[in-house]
Amino acid sequence: MHALPNRIERSCLKGLSLGIFLLALGSVQASSEHGDEGDFNPSEFIIHHIADAHEIHLMGGVHIPLPVIVYAPESGAFDIFMSSVFHHGAHHGASGLWYTYDHGVLAAHDHDPSGHSHGTDHGHGEEDHADHGHGEGHHAGGVDIVDLSITKSIFGMLLMMGLVLVLFGSAARGYSKRKGQAPKGLQNALEPLILFLRDEVAVPSIGKKKADRYLPFLLTVFFFIFFSNLLGLIPFIGGFNITGTLGITMVLAGLVFIITTFSGNKHYWGHILWPPGVPLPIKFILVPIEIASIFIKPAVLMIRLTANITAGHIIILSFTSLIFILGNQFGQGVGMGTGVFSALFMIFMYLIEFLVAFLQAYVFTLLAALYFGEATQEAHH
Amino acid sequence: MDALLTPAFGSVVWATVSFLVVLFLLRKMAWGPILQGLKDREEEIEGALNAAKEARAEIQNLQSDNERLLQEARAERDGMLRDARDMSDRMVADAKGLAKEEGERMIAQAKQAIDGERAAAVAELKAEVATLSLEIAEKLVRKELGDDEAQQALIGRMISDSKLN
Repeated sequence: MHALPNRIERSCLKGLSLGIFLLALGSVQASSEHGDEGDFNPSEFIIHHIADAHEIHLMGGVHIPLPVIVYAPESGAFDIFMSSVFHHGAHHGASGLWYTYDHGVLAAHDHDPSGHSHGTDHGHGEEDHADHGHGEGHHAGGVDIVDLSITKSIFGMLLMMGLVLVLFGSAARGYSKRKGQAPKGLQNALEPLILFLRDEVAVPSIGKKKADRYLPFLLTVFFFIFFSNLLGLIPFIGGFNITGTLGITMVLAGLVFIITTFSGNKHYWGHILWPPGVPLPIKFILVPIEIASIFIKPAVLMIRLTANITAGHIIILSFTSLIFILGNQFGQGVGMGTGVFSALFMIFMYLIEFLVAFLQAYVFTLLAALYFGEATQEAHH
Repeated sequence: MDALLTPAFGSVVWATVSFLVVLFLLRKMAWGPILQGLKDREEEIEGALNAAKEARAEIQNLQSDNERLLQEARAERDGMLRDARDMSDRMVADAKGLAKEEGERMIAQAKQAIDGERAAAVAELKAEVATLSLEIAEKLVRKELGDDEAQQALIGRMISDSKLN
């Protein structure tokens, strides 16, 4: 009885101390890396890490290039190239358009944007470029583009989805291979979660009869969010912020909205469009609110998830920034000293983020299940 | 900040496509078999539990059956014993009655025989007595009448007797 917990405890302690060491090392290394630049902008640093990008920024100056896929509807141009081309300044695509990548903003131009300064700028040497700080759209000589690139978040999402497919595919094989036997290994690890989602989330919210129809979606959404959140917590692999990417959570929430709307029965729409048992004047107030709530509910789902995950990342990155701020202000020694304390706080935040990773996946799934249950509920008994 | 707060079109497209593909694949590859497997296992466990309950009830039934059979057997044995005792009692009683009757009959027969024997013996005795008395009488007469005087006396006595009469 005592041997196993002790072993787990010991390995936890080992992992923890290793984590502290690595984080401290990372922050000290980072402080020396940024310390020399002098002018440290924490908000830029944080946004750079949590915003979607066309490359994965590993430790130090190591970047993993990602494919850029661009479509320009006006000219019908279609370009695919690796983001590493931007190391040499603007890129002249095969379709004839010029592309620049500046502070996470991809832009297309119909002429060479660095035309007047013919030299070959290295790195991100386009600080003085006109479209700095702008979003997509028209710039000086800019061209409208549809950016379909495999960005950092999308790459992370695809990676995570592959992982989920492999995990659950092999877990599912256990059910056919050892039919009627006790679960084993991976199957045993994932089964409690699946059972939890079925018996504590789907069935109580939707009802036993209809839960089966929505269960595949709910399970997929839960594990999508959960694994995305976990992937975002792994340090040194570029800080994936998949569920903090608005475009991705929007799709999840949008699907919840579509499913809820399409599975709404007469009872559901009746309650929204003509709430029973309410005096007529109140109805005129209530009905617009109810109609708005159809859209507000999924929007809130989207914002809650994005904000929670992004906030967690921001807090962790803020502790990192603290090292640079103090290091710049009071010298490298203070920065290193702060690094140790920041690392401790970051570990604390990481533990909370583990909880949040599960909690947000659970909350999203539970609320989605409640909306489905609301939409399919039969008239009152 | 723009990049954070504006949903990028590309990510929406990729997320939609890949989520739907993964949903489809997982539904086919994972959720179907897993949920079915779970349901099968639950049904199996429930079935096994029910079977155990039934078996227990059956055993209880069997036990009560056994008890009943045992009781019946015991009752039957008791009955048989009682019957046997009754029968033996009756047989003994019968035998006693028969023996009594036979005895009485034999006694009666014996009595009868004894009576007959006695009557015969009495008759014979009577006859014997008669012959004896005759012989005695003959011998007496012969002796009385052996000489003339005696004869005379006798005659005389007889005559006097008859005279008296």
